[in-house]
Amino acid sequence: MILDKVNYTYSRDTAYEKHALKDVSLKIEDGQFIGIIGHTGSGKSTLIQHLNGLMRADSGTIFFNGENIYDKDYDIRALRAKVGLVFQYPEHQLFETTVFKDVCFGPGNQKLPSEEVESRASEALRAAGLPEHLWQQSPFEMSGGQKRRVAIAGVLAMKPQMLILDEPTAGLDPKGRDEILDQVAKMRRDLHMTVILVSHSMEDVANYVDRLIVMNRGQVMLDGTPRQVFSHYKELEAVGLAAPQVTYLMHELRKAGLPVDVDATTRDEAKASILKAVARP
Amino acid sequence: MLRDITIGQYYPADSVIHKLDPRVKLFATLLYVISLFIFENWVGLSLVTLFLIGVIWLSKVPVSYMVKGLRAIVIILIITALFNLFLTPGTALVEFGIFKITREGLVSAVTMAIRLIYLILGTSVVTLATTPNRLTDGLEKSLGPLNKIRIPVHEISMMMSIALRFVPILVEETDKIMKAQIARGADFESGNVIKKAKNMIPLLVPLFISAFRRANDLAMAMEARCYHGGKGRTKMKPLKYKKRDGMAYLVIFVYFAAIILARVFVK
Ligand SMILES: Nc1ncnc2c1ncn2[C@@H]1O[C@H](COP(=O)(O)OP(=O)(O)OP(=O)(O)O)[C@@H](O)[C@H]1O
Ligand SMILES: [Mg+2]
Repeated sequence: MILDKVNYTYSRDTAYEKHALKDVSLKIEDGQFIGIIGHTGSGKSTLIQHLNGLMRADSGTIFFNGENIYDKDYDIRALRAKVGLVFQYPEHQLFETTVFKDVCFGPGNQKLPSEEVESRASEALRAAGLPEHLWQQSPFEMSGGQKRRVAIAGVLAMKPQMLILDEPTAGLDPKGRDEILDQVAKMRRDLHMTVILVSHSMEDVANYVDRLIVMNRGQVMLDGTPRQVFSHYKELEAVGLAAPQVTYLMHELRKAGLPVDVDATTRDEAKASILKAVARP
Repeated sequence: MLRDITIGQYYPADSVIHKLDPRVKLFATLLYVISLFIFENWVGLSLVTLFLIGVIWLSKVPVSYMVKGLRAIVIILIITALFNLFLTPGTALVEFGIFKITREGLVSAVTMAIRLIYLILGTSVVTLATTPNRLTDGLEKSLGPLNKIRIPVHEISMMMSIALRFVPILVEETDKIMKAQIARGADFESGNVIKKAKNMIPLLVPLFISAFRRANDLAMAMEARCYHGGKGRTKMKPLKYKKRDGMAYLVIFVYFAAIILARVFVK
Protein backbone atom coordinates (compact mmCIF):
# COMPACT_ATOMS: atom_id res chain seq x y z
CA MET A 1 0.00 0.00 0.00
CA ILE A 2 1.31 3.42 -0.93
CA LEU A 3 0.09 6.80 0.31
CA ASP A 4 1.10 9.82 -1.68
CA LYS A 5 0.76 13.30 -0.12
CA VAL A 6 -2.54 12.61 1.60
CA ASN A 7 -4.29 15.62 3.12
CA TYR A 8 -7.47 15.75 5.13
CA THR A 9 -9.31 18.61 6.82
CA TYR A 10 -12.27 18.17 9.18
CA SER A 11 -15.20 20.63 8.98
CA ARG A 12 -13.72 22.55 6.11
CA ASP A 13 -14.55 26.26 5.88
CA THR A 14 -16.07 26.56 9.34
CA ALA A 15 -14.90 27.84 12.68
CA TYR A 16 -14.09 24.25 13.66
CA GLU A 17 -11.76 23.63 10.74
CA LYS A 18 -8.99 21.17 11.62
CA HIS A 19 -6.21 20.13 9.29
CA ALA A 20 -5.84 16.58 10.57
CA LEU A 21 -3.47 15.10 7.95
CA LYS A 22 -0.76 17.08 6.23
CA ASP A 23 1.03 15.63 3.21
CA VAL A 24 1.29 12.14 4.61
CA SER A 25 3.33 9.87 2.34
CA LEU A 26 3.98 6.28 3.35
CA LYS A 27 4.89 2.98 1.81
CA ILE A 28 3.62 -0.12 3.60
CA GLU A 29 5.21 -3.39 2.49
CA ASP A 30 3.25 -6.63 2.62
CA GLY A 31 3.78 -8.60 5.79
CA GLN A 32 5.18 -5.75 7.85
CA PHE A 33 4.24 -5.34 11.49
CA ILE A 34 3.84 -1.60 11.96
CA GLY A 35 3.16 0.50 15.03
CA ILE A 36 1.69 3.98 14.70
CA ILE A 37 2.18 6.14 17.76
CA GLY A 38 1.40 9.73 18.50
CA HIS A 39 -0.02 12.08 21.03
CA THR A 40 -3.81 12.40 21.45
CA GLY A 41 -5.24 14.23 18.44
CA SER A 42 -2.17 13.69 16.27
CA GLY A 43 -4.25 12.15 13.48
CA LYS A 44 -3.68 8.43 13.95
CA SER A 45 -7.32 7.41 13.74
CA THR A 46 -7.87 9.76 10.82
CA LEU A 47 -4.93 8.21 8.97
CA ILE A 48 -6.02 4.60 9.35
CA GLN A 49 -9.58 5.37 8.25
CA HIS A 50 -8.10 6.49 4.95
CA LEU A 51 -6.42 3.14 4.45
CA ASN A 52 -9.69 1.25 3.97
CA GLY A 53 -11.52 4.03 2.19
CA LEU A 54 -13.84 5.01 5.06
CA MET A 55 -12.60 8.56 4.72
CA ARG A 56 -11.67 10.19 1.47
CA ALA A 57 -8.60 12.39 1.26
CA ASP A 58 -9.07 16.00 0.14
CA SER A 59 -5.97 15.65 -1.96
CA GLY A 60 -3.37 12.97 -2.58
CA THR A 61 -3.72 9.37 -3.69
CA ILE A 62 -3.65 5.92 -2.14
CA PHE A 63 -2.60 2.80 -4.02
CA PHE A 64 -3.45 -0.71 -2.86
CA ASN A 65 -1.92 -3.64 -4.72
CA GLY A 66 -0.95 -1.20 -7.45
CA GLU A 67 -4.45 0.22 -7.98
CA ASN A 68 -5.59 3.74 -7.15
CA ILE A 69 -8.42 3.36 -4.65
CA TYR A 70 -9.93 6.69 -5.72
CA ASP A 71 -10.43 5.47 -9.30
CA LYS A 72 -14.07 5.71 -10.37
CA ASP A 73 -14.51 1.99 -11.01
CA TYR A 74 -12.51 0.81 -8.01
CA ASP A 75 -14.52 -1.56 -5.80
CA ILE A 76 -14.28 0.16 -2.45
CA ARG A 77 -16.38 -2.48 -0.67
CA ALA A 78 -13.94 -5.16 -1.70
CA LEU A 79 -11.13 -2.99 -0.35
CA ARG A 80 -12.84 -2.84 3.04
CA ALA A 81 -12.84 -6.62 3.20
CA LYS A 82 -9.16 -6.75 2.28
CA VAL A 83 -8.12 -4.05 4.72
CA GLY A 84 -9.79 -4.95 8.00
CA LEU A 85 -10.17 -2.14 10.51
CA VAL A 86 -10.95 -2.77 14.18
CA PHE A 87 -12.04 0.39 15.96
CA GLN A 88 -11.06 1.62 19.38
CA TYR A 89 -14.33 0.71 21.10
CA PRO A 90 -15.73 -2.79 20.57
CA GLU A 91 -19.06 -1.42 21.91
CA HIS A 92 -19.46 0.35 18.59
CA GLN A 93 -19.82 -2.80 16.59
CA LEU A 94 -21.26 -5.57 18.77
CA PHE A 95 -25.00 -5.97 18.24
CA GLU A 96 -25.99 -9.61 17.80
CA THR A 97 -27.50 -11.91 20.41
CA THR A 98 -24.52 -14.26 20.47
CA VAL A 99 -20.81 -13.85 19.94
CA PHE A 100 -20.85 -16.36 17.11
CA LYS A 101 -23.63 -14.60 15.18
CA ASP A 102 -21.87 -11.30 15.63
CA VAL A 103 -18.68 -12.63 14.08
CA CYS A 104 -20.75 -14.01 11.17
CA PHE A 105 -21.89 -10.48 10.29
CA GLY A 106 -18.76 -9.54 8.30
CA PRO A 107 -18.47 -12.62 6.08
CA GLY A 108 -22.29 -12.67 5.79
CA ASN A 109 -22.09 -9.26 4.15
CA GLN A 110 -19.67 -10.70 1.60
CA LYS A 111 -22.52 -12.89 0.31
CA LEU A 112 -20.73 -16.17 0.98
CA PRO A 113 -22.59 -19.50 1.40
CA SER A 114 -23.62 -20.06 5.00
CA GLU A 115 -21.29 -23.02 5.65
CA GLU A 116 -18.38 -20.87 4.54
CA VAL A 117 -19.56 -18.01 6.78
CA GLU A 118 -19.74 -20.29 9.79
CA SER A 119 -16.42 -21.98 9.19
CA ARG A 120 -14.77 -18.58 8.81
CA ALA A 121 -16.39 -17.38 12.03
CA SER A 122 -15.12 -20.37 14.01
CA GLU A 123 -11.69 -19.98 12.49
CA ALA A 124 -11.60 -16.28 13.35
CA LEU A 125 -12.80 -16.81 16.92
CA ARG A 126 -10.13 -19.46 17.42
CA ALA A 127 -7.45 -17.21 15.93
CA ALA A 128 -8.55 -14.37 18.22
CA GLY A 129 -8.19 -16.71 21.16
CA LEU A 130 -11.75 -16.73 22.47
CA PRO A 131 -12.53 -20.01 24.27
CA GLU A 132 -15.29 -22.05 22.63
CA HIS A 133 -17.64 -22.13 25.62
CA LEU A 134 -18.19 -18.37 25.22
CA TRP A 135 -19.28 -18.49 21.59
CA GLN A 136 -22.99 -18.85 22.32
CA GLN A 137 -23.05 -16.15 24.99
CA SER A 138 -24.18 -12.57 24.51
CA PRO A 139 -21.32 -10.26 23.51
CA PHE A 140 -22.60 -7.71 26.02
CA GLU A 141 -21.84 -10.02 28.93
CA MET A 142 -18.15 -10.28 28.04
CA SER A 143 -15.30 -8.57 29.86
CA GLY A 144 -13.43 -5.73 28.15
CA GLY A 145 -10.66 -8.01 26.90
CA GLN A 146 -13.11 -10.61 25.64
CA LYS A 147 -15.21 -7.98 23.85
CA ARG A 148 -12.09 -6.82 22.11
CA ARG A 149 -11.33 -10.35 20.97
CA VAL A 150 -14.86 -10.68 19.60
CA ALA A 151 -14.45 -7.40 17.74
CA ILE A 152 -11.12 -8.52 16.29
CA ALA A 153 -12.61 -11.88 15.29
CA GLY A 154 -15.48 -10.02 13.61
CA VAL A 155 -12.99 -8.37 11.28
CA LEU A 156 -10.68 -11.38 10.92
CA ALA A 157 -13.60 -13.45 9.65
CA MET A 158 -13.54 -11.37 6.47
CA LYS A 159 -10.02 -12.73 5.81
CA PRO A 160 -8.27 -9.37 5.37
CA GLN A 161 -4.77 -9.12 3.91
CA MET A 162 -4.10 -6.20 6.18
CA LEU A 163 -5.35 -5.86 9.74
CA ILE A 164 -5.47 -2.45 11.40
CA LEU A 165 -6.14 -2.18 15.12
CA ASP A 166 -6.94 1.20 16.68
CA GLU A 167 -5.71 1.17 20.28
CA PRO A 168 -6.51 -2.48 20.90
CA THR A 169 -5.18 -2.23 24.44
CA ALA A 170 -7.04 0.86 25.68
CA GLY A 171 -8.66 0.20 29.02
CA LEU A 172 -7.01 -3.16 29.61
CA ASP A 173 -4.76 -4.09 32.52
CA PRO A 174 -1.10 -4.94 31.77
CA LYS A 175 -1.81 -8.64 31.66
CA GLY A 176 -4.81 -8.27 29.34
CA ARG A 177 -2.72 -5.93 27.21
CA ASP A 178 0.12 -8.43 26.80
CA GLU A 179 -2.32 -11.22 26.05
CA ILE A 180 -4.02 -9.29 23.26
CA LEU A 181 -0.73 -8.16 21.74
CA ASP A 182 0.71 -11.68 21.90
CA GLN A 183 -2.42 -12.93 20.20
CA VAL A 184 -2.10 -10.31 17.46
CA ALA A 185 1.54 -11.26 16.87
CA LYS A 186 0.54 -14.91 16.65
CA MET A 187 -2.29 -14.14 14.23
CA ARG A 188 0.09 -12.25 12.02
CA ARG A 189 2.46 -15.22 11.85
CA ASP A 190 -0.28 -17.81 11.31
CA LEU A 191 -2.37 -15.89 8.80
CA HIS A 192 0.47 -14.03 7.02
CA MET A 193 -1.12 -10.60 7.35
CA THR A 194 0.23 -7.09 7.35
CA VAL A 195 -0.62 -5.67 10.76
CA ILE A 196 -0.85 -2.03 11.82
CA LEU A 197 -1.16 -1.29 15.50
CA VAL A 198 -2.17 2.15 16.70
CA SER A 199 -1.16 3.07 20.21
CA HIS A 200 -0.34 5.83 22.64
CA SER A 201 2.32 3.92 24.37
CA MET A 202 5.81 3.17 23.10
CA GLU A 203 6.26 0.45 25.65
CA ASP A 204 3.30 -1.43 24.24
CA VAL A 205 4.44 -1.61 20.70
CA ALA A 206 8.22 -1.56 20.96
CA ASN A 207 8.42 -5.25 21.78
CA TYR A 208 6.29 -6.36 18.88
CA VAL A 209 6.61 -4.25 15.77
CA ASP A 210 9.39 -4.09 13.23
CA ARG A 211 8.58 -0.58 12.10
CA LEU A 212 7.40 2.46 14.03
CA ILE A 213 5.69 5.51 12.59
CA VAL A 214 5.45 8.52 14.89
CA MET A 215 2.70 11.01 14.12
CA ASN A 216 2.71 14.58 15.33
CA ARG A 217 0.11 17.22 14.46
CA GLY A 218 -1.02 15.40 11.36
CA GLN A 219 2.45 14.77 10.02
CA VAL A 220 4.78 11.79 10.00
CA MET A 221 7.54 12.87 12.35
CA LEU A 222 9.68 9.75 12.51
CA ASP A 223 9.58 6.48 10.62
CA GLY A 224 11.93 3.56 11.11
CA THR A 225 12.73 0.54 13.23
CA PRO A 226 12.02 0.96 16.96
CA ARG A 227 15.78 1.26 17.50
CA GLN A 228 16.11 4.14 15.06
CA VAL A 229 13.04 5.89 16.41
CA PHE A 230 14.03 5.63 20.05
CA SER A 231 17.46 7.01 19.40
CA HIS A 232 15.58 10.30 18.87
CA TYR A 233 14.22 10.09 22.38
CA LYS A 234 14.85 13.75 23.11
CA GLU A 235 12.67 14.80 20.17
CA LEU A 236 9.98 12.37 21.24
CA GLU A 237 9.92 13.98 24.66
CA ALA A 238 9.54 17.39 23.08
CA VAL A 239 6.25 16.32 21.51
CA GLY A 240 4.90 14.73 24.65
CA LEU A 241 5.84 11.14 23.98
CA ALA A 242 8.28 9.10 25.98
CA ALA A 243 10.70 6.42 24.87
CA PRO A 244 10.49 3.12 26.76
CA GLN A 245 11.99 3.17 30.23
CA VAL A 246 14.69 0.82 29.01
CA THR A 247 16.04 3.54 26.73
CA TYR A 248 16.42 5.95 29.65
CA LEU A 249 18.05 3.31 31.79
CA MET A 250 20.58 2.45 29.11
CA HIS A 251 21.47 6.09 28.53
CA GLU A 252 21.96 6.61 32.26
CA LEU A 253 24.18 3.54 32.49
CA ARG A 254 26.24 4.73 29.55
CA LYS A 255 26.65 8.12 31.24
CA ALA A 256 27.78 6.34 34.38
CA GLY A 257 30.52 4.73 32.35
CA LEU A 258 29.14 1.28 31.59
CA PRO A 259 29.64 0.35 27.90
CA VAL A 260 26.06 -0.77 27.24
CA ASP A 261 24.14 -0.68 23.98
CA VAL A 262 21.95 2.44 24.23
CA ASP A 263 19.77 1.35 21.33
CA ALA A 264 18.37 -1.69 23.11
CA THR A 265 14.59 -1.41 22.91
CA THR A 266 13.25 -4.43 24.75
CA ARG A 267 13.84 -5.64 28.25
CA ASP A 268 15.54 -8.80 27.04
CA GLU A 269 17.95 -6.96 24.79
CA ALA A 270 18.76 -4.59 27.63
CA LYS A 271 19.35 -7.41 30.05
CA ALA A 272 21.73 -9.15 27.67
CA SER A 273 23.62 -5.97 26.99
CA ILE A 274 23.96 -5.06 30.68
CA LEU A 275 25.13 -8.54 31.59
CA LYS A 276 27.69 -8.41 28.82
CA ALA A 277 28.93 -4.98 29.92
CA VAL A 278 29.17 -6.01 33.56
CA ALA A 279 30.86 -9.32 32.77
CA ARG A 280 33.62 -7.55 30.87
CA PRO A 281 36.63 -7.28 33.15
CA MET B 1 -25.13 13.52 5.90
CA LEU B 2 -25.46 13.34 9.66
CA ARG B 3 -23.50 16.53 9.96
CA ASP B 4 -26.50 18.37 8.49
CA ILE B 5 -28.28 18.23 11.81
CA THR B 6 -27.94 21.74 13.15
CA ILE B 7 -30.32 21.59 16.10
CA GLY B 8 -28.51 22.65 19.23
CA GLN B 9 -25.35 23.41 17.33
CA TYR B 10 -23.46 26.45 18.39
CA TYR B 11 -21.26 28.51 16.12
CA PRO B 12 -18.67 30.44 18.08
CA ALA B 13 -18.06 34.02 16.95
CA ASP B 14 -17.52 37.37 18.54
CA SER B 15 -20.67 39.33 17.73
CA VAL B 16 -23.32 41.51 19.34
CA ILE B 17 -25.90 38.82 18.81
CA HIS B 18 -23.73 36.27 20.62
CA LYS B 19 -23.29 38.62 23.56
CA LEU B 20 -26.94 39.57 24.02
CA ASP B 21 -28.74 38.24 27.05
CA PRO B 22 -30.53 35.01 26.09
CA ARG B 23 -33.81 36.39 27.48
CA VAL B 24 -33.68 39.19 24.93
CA LYS B 25 -33.04 36.71 22.18
CA LEU B 26 -35.89 34.45 23.22
CA PHE B 27 -38.29 37.36 23.47
CA ALA B 28 -37.12 38.66 20.10
CA THR B 29 -37.63 35.22 18.57
CA LEU B 30 -41.17 35.15 19.88
CA LEU B 31 -42.02 38.57 18.42
CA TYR B 32 -40.24 37.72 15.18
CA VAL B 33 -42.24 34.52 14.75
CA ILE B 34 -45.48 36.40 15.43
CA SER B 35 -44.44 39.10 12.96
CA LEU B 36 -43.95 36.43 10.27
CA PHE B 37 -47.62 35.64 10.49
CA ILE B 38 -48.78 39.24 10.76
CA PHE B 39 -47.21 40.73 7.66
CA GLU B 40 -49.33 40.54 4.55
CA ASN B 41 -48.03 43.04 2.03
CA TRP B 42 -44.84 44.19 0.33
CA VAL B 43 -43.99 46.73 3.01
CA GLY B 44 -44.29 44.09 5.74
CA LEU B 45 -42.25 41.60 3.77
CA SER B 46 -39.47 44.12 3.18
CA LEU B 47 -39.39 44.96 6.89
CA VAL B 48 -39.12 41.31 7.91
CA THR B 49 -36.47 40.66 5.27
CA LEU B 50 -34.41 43.67 6.33
CA PHE B 51 -34.64 42.67 9.98
CA LEU B 52 -33.58 39.08 9.23
CA ILE B 53 -30.68 40.10 6.99
CA GLY B 54 -29.56 42.64 9.57
CA VAL B 55 -29.53 40.08 12.38
CA ILE B 56 -27.75 37.46 10.29
CA TRP B 57 -25.16 40.01 9.26
CA LEU B 58 -24.63 41.15 12.85
CA SER B 59 -24.30 37.56 14.10
CA LYS B 60 -21.27 36.82 11.88
CA VAL B 61 -22.50 33.26 11.41
CA PRO B 62 -21.85 32.10 7.83
CA VAL B 63 -25.10 31.91 5.86
CA SER B 64 -24.12 28.43 4.61
CA TYR B 65 -24.61 27.20 8.18
CA MET B 66 -28.21 28.37 8.27
CA VAL B 67 -28.93 27.07 4.81
CA LYS B 68 -27.85 23.65 6.04
CA GLY B 69 -30.72 23.79 8.52
CA LEU B 70 -33.06 24.47 5.61
CA ARG B 71 -32.13 21.23 3.91
CA ALA B 72 -33.98 19.30 6.60
CA ILE B 73 -37.31 20.98 5.79
CA VAL B 74 -37.16 20.90 2.00
CA ILE B 75 -39.74 18.08 1.85
CA ILE B 76 -42.18 19.83 4.20
CA LEU B 77 -41.67 23.00 2.21
CA ILE B 78 -42.51 21.36 -1.09
CA ILE B 79 -45.56 19.58 0.28
CA THR B 80 -47.06 22.73 1.85
CA ALA B 81 -46.34 24.71 -1.28
CA LEU B 82 -48.03 22.09 -3.47
CA PHE B 83 -51.09 21.91 -1.23
CA ASN B 84 -51.46 25.65 -1.27
CA LEU B 85 -50.85 25.81 -4.97
CA PHE B 86 -53.50 23.31 -6.03
CA LEU B 87 -56.10 23.40 -3.29
CA THR B 88 -56.80 27.11 -2.94
CA PRO B 89 -60.02 28.15 -4.66
CA GLY B 90 -60.06 31.33 -6.76
CA THR B 91 -59.48 32.59 -10.28
CA ALA B 92 -57.70 29.96 -12.33
CA LEU B 93 -54.37 30.72 -13.99
CA VAL B 94 -53.61 27.32 -15.52
CA GLU B 95 -55.90 24.31 -15.74
CA PHE B 96 -55.18 20.71 -16.61
CA GLY B 97 -57.75 18.00 -15.88
CA ILE B 98 -59.04 18.22 -12.34
CA PHE B 99 -56.04 20.27 -11.27
CA LYS B 100 -55.94 24.00 -11.50
CA ILE B 101 -53.53 26.58 -10.26
CA THR B 102 -55.22 29.70 -9.01
CA ARG B 103 -53.89 33.19 -8.54
CA GLU B 104 -54.70 33.04 -4.84
CA GLY B 105 -53.07 29.61 -4.65
CA LEU B 106 -49.86 30.90 -6.13
CA VAL B 107 -49.77 33.84 -3.75
CA SER B 108 -50.43 31.74 -0.68
CA ALA B 109 -47.91 29.07 -1.74
CA VAL B 110 -45.21 31.68 -2.10
CA THR B 111 -46.00 33.47 1.17
CA MET B 112 -46.18 30.16 3.03
CA ALA B 113 -42.78 29.13 1.66
CA ILE B 114 -41.29 32.49 2.60
CA ARG B 115 -42.73 32.22 6.12
CA LEU B 116 -41.32 28.73 6.64
CA ILE B 117 -37.90 29.63 5.31
CA TYR B 118 -37.73 32.81 7.38
CA LEU B 119 -38.88 30.88 10.42
CA ILE B 120 -36.06 28.38 10.12
CA LEU B 121 -33.45 31.01 9.27
CA GLY B 122 -34.50 33.26 12.14
CA THR B 123 -34.56 30.56 14.78
CA SER B 124 -31.30 29.11 13.45
CA VAL B 125 -29.51 32.41 14.02
CA VAL B 126 -30.62 32.39 17.64
CA THR B 127 -29.58 28.81 18.34
CA LEU B 128 -26.33 29.14 16.41
CA ALA B 129 -25.39 32.30 18.27
CA THR B 130 -26.33 31.11 21.76
CA THR B 131 -24.75 28.26 23.67
CA PRO B 132 -27.32 25.64 24.71
CA ASN B 133 -26.50 26.43 28.33
CA ARG B 134 -27.32 30.12 28.01
CA LEU B 135 -30.40 29.32 25.99
CA THR B 136 -31.87 27.13 28.70
CA ASP B 137 -30.78 29.57 31.41
CA GLY B 138 -32.68 32.24 29.55
CA LEU B 139 -35.70 30.01 29.18
CA GLU B 140 -35.69 29.08 32.83
CA LYS B 141 -35.50 32.70 33.88
CA SER B 142 -38.11 33.93 31.39
CA LEU B 143 -40.58 31.23 32.36
CA GLY B 144 -39.78 31.63 36.07
CA PRO B 145 -43.22 33.08 36.93
CA LEU B 146 -44.84 29.82 35.79
CA ASN B 147 -43.32 28.22 38.89
CA LYS B 148 -46.12 29.89 40.84
CA ILE B 149 -48.69 27.72 39.08
CA ARG B 150 -46.63 24.63 39.87
CA ILE B 151 -45.06 24.09 36.49
CA PRO B 152 -41.57 22.58 37.12
CA VAL B 153 -39.73 25.15 35.03
CA HIS B 154 -36.28 24.24 36.26
CA GLU B 155 -36.75 20.53 35.58
CA ILE B 156 -38.12 21.20 32.13
CA SER B 157 -35.25 23.44 31.17
CA MET B 158 -32.72 21.01 32.65
CA MET B 159 -34.18 18.24 30.52
CA MET B 160 -34.05 20.50 27.52
CA SER B 161 -30.43 21.41 28.06
CA ILE B 162 -29.46 17.77 28.53
CA ALA B 163 -31.32 16.82 25.38
CA LEU B 164 -29.65 19.60 23.41
CA ARG B 165 -26.28 18.67 24.83
CA PHE B 166 -26.73 15.07 23.72
CA VAL B 167 -27.69 15.76 20.12
CA PRO B 168 -24.12 16.31 18.87
CA ILE B 169 -22.80 13.50 21.06
CA LEU B 170 -25.25 11.00 19.65
CA VAL B 171 -24.65 12.24 16.11
CA GLU B 172 -20.95 11.62 16.58
CA GLU B 173 -21.60 8.23 18.12
CA THR B 174 -23.85 7.25 15.22
CA ASP B 175 -21.12 8.26 12.85
CA LYS B 176 -18.58 6.07 14.62
CA ILE B 177 -20.87 3.05 14.81
CA MET B 178 -21.74 3.41 11.14
CA LYS B 179 -18.06 3.43 10.26
CA ALA B 180 -17.36 0.38 12.40
CA GLN B 181 -20.14 -1.54 10.67
CA ILE B 182 -19.28 -0.31 7.18
CA ALA B 183 -15.78 -1.59 7.85
CA ARG B 184 -17.41 -5.00 8.31
CA GLY B 185 -19.21 -4.70 5.00
CA ALA B 186 -22.53 -3.30 6.26
CA ASP B 187 -24.61 -1.47 3.69
CA PHE B 188 -26.87 1.38 4.77
CA GLU B 189 -27.78 2.69 1.36
CA SER B 190 -29.06 0.12 -1.09
CA GLY B 191 -32.13 -2.14 -0.99
CA ASN B 192 -35.86 -1.52 -0.58
CA VAL B 193 -37.53 -0.07 2.51
CA ILE B 194 -37.79 -3.36 4.42
CA LYS B 195 -34.22 -4.33 3.62
CA LYS B 196 -33.04 -0.87 4.62
CA ALA B 197 -34.88 -1.06 7.93
CA LYS B 198 -33.33 -4.45 8.60
CA ASN B 199 -29.91 -3.11 7.75
CA MET B 200 -30.34 -0.49 10.45
CA ILE B 201 -30.28 -3.06 13.26
CA PRO B 202 -26.47 -3.22 13.47
CA LEU B 203 -26.55 0.56 13.87
CA LEU B 204 -29.47 0.94 16.25
CA VAL B 205 -28.55 -1.73 18.80
CA PRO B 206 -25.14 -0.29 19.69
CA LEU B 207 -26.59 3.22 19.57
CA PHE B 208 -29.37 2.46 22.06
CA ILE B 209 -27.01 0.61 24.35
CA SER B 210 -24.62 3.52 24.33
CA ALA B 211 -27.40 6.07 24.85
CA PHE B 212 -28.68 4.18 27.89
CA ARG B 213 -25.18 3.83 29.26
CA ARG B 214 -24.55 7.54 28.86
CA ALA B 215 -27.86 8.41 30.50
CA ASN B 216 -26.99 6.15 33.37
CA ASP B 217 -23.51 7.64 33.74
CA LEU B 218 -24.92 11.15 33.66
CA ALA B 219 -27.51 10.36 36.32
CA MET B 220 -24.74 8.94 38.51
CA ALA B 221 -22.53 11.95 37.97
CA MET B 222 -25.36 14.35 38.83
CA GLU B 223 -26.21 12.37 41.93
CA ALA B 224 -22.56 12.28 42.96
CA ARG B 225 -22.55 16.07 42.83
CA CYS B 226 -25.68 16.24 44.96
CA TYR B 227 -28.05 17.51 42.31
CA HIS B 228 -31.49 17.80 43.88
CA GLY B 229 -33.57 19.87 41.50
CA GLY B 230 -34.09 23.58 41.23
CA LYS B 231 -34.91 24.53 44.82
CA GLY B 232 -32.24 26.69 46.41
CA ARG B 233 -29.96 26.28 43.43
CA THR B 234 -27.85 29.31 42.55
CA LYS B 235 -26.06 30.09 39.33
CA MET B 236 -22.36 30.43 38.76
CA LYS B 237 -23.02 33.02 36.08
CA PRO B 238 -26.36 34.67 36.86
CA LEU B 239 -27.96 36.47 33.94
CA LYS B 240 -27.66 40.24 34.16
CA TYR B 241 -29.05 42.77 31.72
CA LYS B 242 -26.52 45.15 30.17
CA LYS B 243 -26.99 48.38 28.28
CA ARG B 244 -26.96 46.67 24.91
CA ASP B 245 -29.83 44.45 26.02
CA GLY B 246 -31.99 47.51 26.62
CA MET B 247 -31.10 48.80 23.17
CA ALA B 248 -31.99 45.44 21.69
CA TYR B 249 -35.41 45.49 23.37
CA LEU B 250 -35.98 48.94 21.92
CA VAL B 251 -35.06 47.77 18.41
CA ILE B 252 -37.37 44.78 18.69
CA PHE B 253 -40.33 46.87 19.86
CA VAL B 254 -39.81 49.41 17.10
CA TYR B 255 -39.62 46.57 14.57
CA PHE B 256 -42.77 44.96 15.87
CA ALA B 257 -44.66 48.25 15.93
CA ALA B 258 -43.59 48.90 12.33
CA ILE B 259 -44.88 45.48 11.26
CA ILE B 260 -48.25 46.18 12.85
CA LEU B 261 -48.43 49.65 11.33
CA ALA B 262 -47.56 48.24 7.92
CA ARG B 263 -50.44 45.81 8.19
CA VAL B 264 -52.97 48.33 9.45
CA PHE B 265 -52.15 51.32 7.28
CA VAL B 266 -50.65 50.06 4.04
CA LYS B 267 -53.25 48.56 1.76
N1 LIG C 1 -15.31 14.06 13.40
C1 LIG C 1 -14.43 15.05 13.61
N2 LIG C 1 -14.76 16.33 13.36
C2 LIG C 1 -13.88 17.33 13.53
N3 LIG C 1 -12.63 17.16 13.97
C3 LIG C 1 -12.22 15.92 14.25
C4 LIG C 1 -13.09 14.79 14.09
N4 LIG C 1 -12.42 13.68 14.43
C5 LIG C 1 -11.20 14.09 14.80
N5 LIG C 1 -11.05 15.43 14.69
C6 LIG C 1 -9.84 16.22 14.98
O1 LIG C 1 -8.79 15.78 14.15
C7 LIG C 1 -7.59 15.63 14.86
C8 LIG C 1 -7.05 14.23 14.72
O2 LIG C 1 -7.93 13.32 15.33
P1 LIG C 1 -7.66 11.76 15.43
O3 LIG C 1 -8.92 11.14 15.96
O4 LIG C 1 -7.15 11.26 14.15
O5 LIG C 1 -6.52 11.70 16.54
P2 LIG C 1 -5.84 10.43 17.22
O6 LIG C 1 -4.39 10.55 16.94
O7 LIG C 1 -6.52 9.18 16.81
O8 LIG C 1 -6.10 10.70 18.76
P3 LIG C 1 -6.39 9.66 19.94
O9 LIG C 1 -5.08 9.11 20.35
O10 LIG C 1 -6.98 10.53 21.01
O11 LIG C 1 -7.33 8.63 19.43
C9 LIG C 1 -7.91 15.99 16.30
O12 LIG C 1 -7.42 17.28 16.55
C10 LIG C 1 -9.41 15.97 16.40
O13 LIG C 1 -9.84 16.97 17.26
MG1 LIG D 1 -7.77 7.72 17.85
